[in-house]
Amino acid sequence: MLLIDCPCCGERPEDEFGFGGDATVRHPNEAGAGDPPGIEAFADYLYLRDNPKGWHSEFWVHRYGCRRWLVVERHTVTHEVRSVGLAASGGEG
Amino acid sequence: MTGVKGARRVPGAGLLNRAPAAGFSFDGRRYSGVAGESLAAALVANGEHVVARSFKYHRPRGIVGIGNEDPAGLVTLARPTGDEPNLRATMVELYDGLAAHGQNAWPSVRFDATAVTGFLSPLFPAGFYYKTFMGPAGAWPFYERVIRRIAGLGEVPVQADSEIYASTHAHADLLVAGGGVAGLQAALVAARAGARVVLADENPWFGLGALADPATIDGRPAWEWAQAAVEELAELDTVTLLSRTTVAGRYEHGFAVLCQKLRDAPPAAGDPTPRFRLWKLRVNRTIVATGALDRPQVFTNNDRPGVMTVAAAVGYLDRYGVLVGSRIAMAVRDDAAHAAAARLARAGAEVTVLDSRDTGSGMASDAGATVEWRSRVVDVAGRSGIRSVRVDGPRGERWLTADALAVRDGWSPTLHLYAQTGGKAVWDDARTMFVPGTAEVGAVTVGACNGTFGLREGLAEATAAAAALCTDLGLAAATGAPAVEGDIGMSVGDGQGVASRGRKHCFVDVQNDVTLADLDLAVREGYRSIEHVKRYTTLGMGTDQGKLGNINGVRAIAEARGEAVSAIGTTRFRPPTVPLPMGVVAAHLSPDQHHPMRRTAVHQMHEDAGCVWLNAGAWLRPQFYRRGTETDLEAVNREVMAVRENVGLVDVSTLGKIEIAGPDVATLLNRVYTNGWSTLKVGMGRYGIMLREDGMVFDDGVTTRIAEQHYVMSTTSGGAGAVYEWLTSLLETRWRDLRVALVPVTEEWFAVAIAGPKARDVLARVAEGFDISNQAFPFMGARTGRVAAIPARVNRISFSGELSYEINVPADRATELWSALLEAGAPEAMAPYGVESMGVLRLEKGHFVIGREAEGRTNPYDIGLGRMVSSKKWFIGKEALEFPEMKNPRRRQIVGVVPVDKRERLPRSAHLVIPERPDEVGGSQGWVASMAWSPVFDHDIALALVEGGHGRIGERLAAYSPMDGKRVAVDLVAPHFYDPDGGRQIG
Repeated sequence: MLLIDCPCCGERPEDEFGFGGDATVRHPNEAGAGDPPGIEAFADYLYLRDNPKGWHSEFWVHRYGCRRWLVVERHTVTHEVRSVGLAASGGEG
Repeated sequence: MTGVKGARRVPGAGLLNRAPAAGFSFDGRRYSGVAGESLAAALVANGEHVVARSFKYHRPRGIVGIGNEDPAGLVTLARPTGDEPNLRATMVELYDGLAAHGQNAWPSVRFDATAVTGFLSPLFPAGFYYKTFMGPAGAWPFYERVIRRIAGLGEVPVQADSEIYASTHAHADLLVAGGGVAGLQAALVAARAGARVVLADENPWFGLGALADPATIDGRPAWEWAQAAVEELAELDTVTLLSRTTVAGRYEHGFAVLCQKLRDAPPAAGDPTPRFRLWKLRVNRTIVATGALDRPQVFTNNDRPGVMTVAAAVGYLDRYGVLVGSRIAMAVRDDAAHAAAARLARAGAEVTVLDSRDTGSGMASDAGATVEWRSRVVDVAGRSGIRSVRVDGPRGERWLTADALAVRDGWSPTLHLYAQTGGKAVWDDARTMFVPGTAEVGAVTVGACNGTFGLREGLAEATAAAAALCTDLGLAAATGAPAVEGDIGMSVGDGQGVASRGRKHCFVDVQNDVTLADLDLAVREGYRSIEHVKRYTTLGMGTDQGKLGNINGVRAIAEARGEAVSAIGTTRFRPPTVPLPMGVVAAHLSPDQHHPMRRTAVHQMHEDAGCVWLNAGAWLRPQFYRRGTETDLEAVNREVMAVRENVGLVDVSTLGKIEIAGPDVATLLNRVYTNGWSTLKVGMGRYGIMLREDGMVFDDGVTTRIAEQHYVMSTTSGGAGAVYEWLTSLLETRWRDLRVALVPVTEEWFAVAIAGPKARDVLARVAEGFDISNQAFPFMGARTGRVAAIPARVNRISFSGELSYEINVPADRATELWSALLEAGAPEAMAPYGVESMGVLRLEKGHFVIGREAEGRTNPYDIGLGRMVSSKKWFIGKEALEFPEMKNPRRRQIVGVVPVDKRERLPRSAHLVIPERPDEVGGSQGWVASMAWSPVFDHDIALALVEGGHGRIGERLAAYSPMDGKRVAVDLVAPHFYDPDGGRQIG
């Protein structure tokens, strides 16, 4: 039961939040700005994720609190949380 | 009964010698015991040594331990609030009138006819279900039924549990898990320094390890010191003392779950005291002081009732004043066991100590016990209670008469709580035990569970640990540890093998009947990982979680494989540390509280109008409104025809609503919907479908533009939260440059639709501030004004396919609006309709619904909305739609389905099959997604997803229901049954 230090609301337990997955994944052609990606690249974007044993930068949304999206750095083995920031600020507090 | 008559009570002994008597029954036999003693103690004192039967072989099982580690003494308690199976007799506290019975035996645990399985044991080795009982083909269901009847534990009660449970949340600075001497000292140090401490122990008393200890602490007998510590802690309101409380699990960031037992007796009338309370505790620091358990010896027939641990044998005397036998044999190899032997001898038992070491303490012989060195026990005689034990000593082998046998090979630190947060135990070969390895931030192990067995060392360790944690917390703690005299310490003989001889009836797991032979077999069959061996043999998978047996199991596997124990390791420890009753996990939550239902602002008015309620996701919605003695179908048909021919009103306030404002709203809409939004004018709305990134439809709704930079998006009822979160995730994590603000307002507005050819007539009577003529307010228009003098937003949206207006007012004016509309519609006898009728109306129109036709695997082309997919702009899901598979003509596509014989009813949950090949396995062409009786067409209609459906209109298939076996011939038709051109909603 993680404790997540929400920048808006303070330290709140994990069950107030929803998990949003890897925060480092980028759409291969965000907003259609460039060339359409090939099927392999797009399938990777949809379905392939790293499963690191170590630090993981990930999205959480404070669903039962302020409903803001957060970027959290969590160690996948010890569950230590190194940083929590607002996603809208680019991941800083 | 042989042998076990030797158990008896010692007057004046134990902690409960002033407690009142308590009458109880076991398997219908009535006995007398002492209130508050464990049921196990009461049974042993009354000569009932056979308490249960083992899981597989139905061998008689007795009491082996004294606490939660007892492997097989499981009973069912008959209680007025519901029978409770699989309770440990060692943990049930006796009360007057207690009624218990044995489990998994017929007719009783004493005379169990199913024990014949024991004689058939060669048919039941580890993994037997892969080997025996393999044929003849098709016979397994028969075998399974029989095996299920004779294997297992208690029976699941059929009566609902009406006991009282509670739960609570708490915060503290420090959790001390384990209230033995080390835990008490840690709690004292921290509490004296001002920390808020929670100290939990699973027993009714703290400090029980000190009971048998002859040492003194700070000059007082260890037990007295412990009780004084408890008194001091009880005085402080910064300390929470929780006895009878197991720390069931430790999780991240100092979160722990504790299960506190408050009583075993049924609730007294009017007394709200719960039976169990679940504590959800968040602490800054944790000290794990969970002690160590005796590790039993393994030898032939070591599972006989009457064989128990040394800790149990001396514990029953010290705690409950019960001497477990009159001729007690002890198979040991440590000095502390001699101290225990001395206590048993002084209490009046004839004690023979069989110590495999060459020499050791003289405490036992000084007390009058017989001590034989270089001796060990190799067999036990007496199926329902010990008659004698076979001793192998310096002068050869002989049978020794005994009625109880206490065994200890060494100790196993209790590591479960330590390991739950990821700690790795390491093997200490010299002392034949696993001890904590890696340290954890914020938690520390002290005392016996840390491998620190001396009393002096344990107290020093606990003091240092608590003082260090206090420093972390910014508190100053006293660092002096108490003085100890007369410490016995721990000295265990050199490592001996798990068993000196024999494999077949050498039990490692006494609950699940796992023997050394089974472990040998698993290794021979190639199982290498301890996790695989565990699951293949079921070692440690019983309700005791292998507390006494697992370490011996690991050692046996290491020996069989010729490897070091450190190479084998332990299985993964997971919460809970002991079985928890389901009731305490649910705690006080009734079914209503567990799943709160949302009600619309006019809930009572629906109730008063006679609606039948429907659980629609998180909402309670009217399904339909019954008049008089109408059947369900009559009511729905009436409501549908009222909308088709007249006018009706429906509460649609559950649909999601999101206000969206800013210069870049159109950009956002263009990116999240498949169709174009740049041309949407102020005062108009547009229907959109939202795709996931994999191109599948996940939500739909109408978005209206009410001002230049102000829109209102509508979502499905179930998708309101998810769509809002989806949009905010896009704006906050990907498109941070878009200037858009969102406000979720689903609950702020009450929405009602009036639908039917007379809808405009009704609206005319209550609308102000906007022209409602068809020219001024066309289909898909969005207007702001007043309705019944209430500020309102009115949209011409139609789900039913008739002329329809959706009226939105602030939620606090909801009842006012509803009443005003009913009054305005009185000339037409306008009446409300419900969700069921709405479903028929949309089905007649062929509108898909999220969750039915769009079930997560359908893209816009599949549901016939390819014309809504823009080729001119980028949107979420665009890439996926462009891949060839997404336009594969064989994909499942939406079609209409009607019965060939219009009088036939379509079967429920039907698949569509080819009539000539109805029983072809896998021959389903698709399935019915929604169906209903249409009062407009006077027959059943349905929408279905059929492979290549778009090209199969006109084909004849059969609708087949696996649920009721019905098969009905059907035709595939275009999905828009009613008013396919949409003229009725546009006029």
